[in-house]
Amino acid sequence: MFIKKTLFSIISYCALIKTALSAESGGMPQLDPEFWFSQIFWLVFTFGLLFLILSKFILPNISSNLENRKSQILENIEKAEEQRQESEDKIKEFDKIIYESKVQAKNILNEAKKKISEDINNKKKVLEDEINSEIKAVENEINELRKRSPETINQIAISTSSDLLKQLIGADVNQSNISAIVEDLSKKEKGKYYGV
Amino acid sequence: MAANPMYQFNVYRIGPEIKLGEIDLSFTNASLFMVLSALTVLIIFKLGSKKNIIIPNKIQLLAELSYSFISKMISDTAGTKAKPYFSFIFSLFMFVLFCNMLGMIPYSFTVTSHIIVTFVLAAFIFIGVTIIGFLKHGLGYLKLFVPSGVPIVLLPLIVVIEIISYLSRPISLSVRLFANMMAGHTMMKVFGGFVVSLGIVGGWLPLSFSVALTGLEILVAFLQAYVFAILTCIYLNDALNLHH
Repeated sequence: MFIKKTLFSIISYCALIKTALSAESGGMPQLDPEFWFSQIFWLVFTFGLLFLILSKFILPNISSNLENRKSQILENIEKAEEQRQESEDKIKEFDKIIYESKVQAKNILNEAKKKISEDINNKKKVLEDEINSEIKAVENEINELRKRSPETINQIAISTSSDLLKQLIGADVNQSNISAIVEDLSKKEKGKYYGV
Repeated sequence: MAANPMYQFNVYRIGPEIKLGEIDLSFTNASLFMVLSALTVLIIFKLGSKKNIIIPNKIQLLAELSYSFISKMISDTAGTKAKPYFSFIFSLFMFVLFCNMLGMIPYSFTVTSHIIVTFVLAAFIFIGVTIIGFLKHGLGYLKLFVPSGVPIVLLPLIVVIEIISYLSRPISLSVRLFANMMAGHTMMKVFGGFVVSLGIVGGWLPLSFSVALTGLEILVAFLQAYVFAILTCIYLNDALNLHH
């Protein structure tokens, strides 16, 4: 009795589920097997075709495109690296040239400086020599003048003293006496009068 | 009838009934959208791979970005050994993605919201991965069920759990995609119905929800396609690089 009841309830449940699942009663159309085989068939057909065409015709193209781009980029990078190296070499060369020309300019400058300073020195020497010789000549002249000055002074002293005596005494005094006195004085007092 | 949120998932015949013996292979709206998705994928990638230009145009960029995206995904999850399966995973991802995305167009049909479609895909992947595993490792593939470093006492339990989890892969894979798509579309339909029934006064709140849900659903459409593909990669990784 009990088993019968449970069996009956199970069967009625199944019927309920079946009606609930059928599309007509608003259940899930997904569980209605009416078009399952059609869906499987079309799925296999479309997906199989998609897979075949993609794998045979389209994906190899994309793959080769990507490969080409990769290799092209690598090549370009290599080329760029080469050119960079080249430009670096050129910069080095350029620097070398600039350095060399700088050195050359320095040398020229130094030479010119040397030349100028030599010239100046020469001219200075010549000038100094001239000045020196002139100074010597003038010194000689002065010395001569100095040498001669005591005699002249003596004569002036003699003539002045004889004139003075003539006016004081009114008679001529012997010239030789006066000169003897003057000479004697000048010899005695040489340091005092001439600073020699 | 149109207010029923499940109505959008109805499959109906387009054109004549095609029968192969007892089996009904009629062209339906589901078939139409499968064909449309496949065609869209083919057109986009045909255009994107036509010319070999160094600096790509927009469509070529799209195709190449998708290519490298999937390629990176596969090499990240399954390593270099998975390279021969690239075309399959690429087709799988694109097919699921475009089925999901075309389903976002109003009044269109979402192919992936049908459990039978996702289950066939998942079952195919499951069987394929299992075959690859046995071909690569022979009976050694069964080591997948015996994780290393487990105490011998626990081993029987662990092996049973591992076998169950392995066998449930196709179910979880298919139900995840199917349920996500169905739930999202049902929700959008329900909120759309609210907009109509609440009218100009109260309809603004569900309308804004609807707008937000549309954005979310587009995200989900992409994400579920990605999850589907990446889980396939992970299963493939188990089969190719046995490292339990």
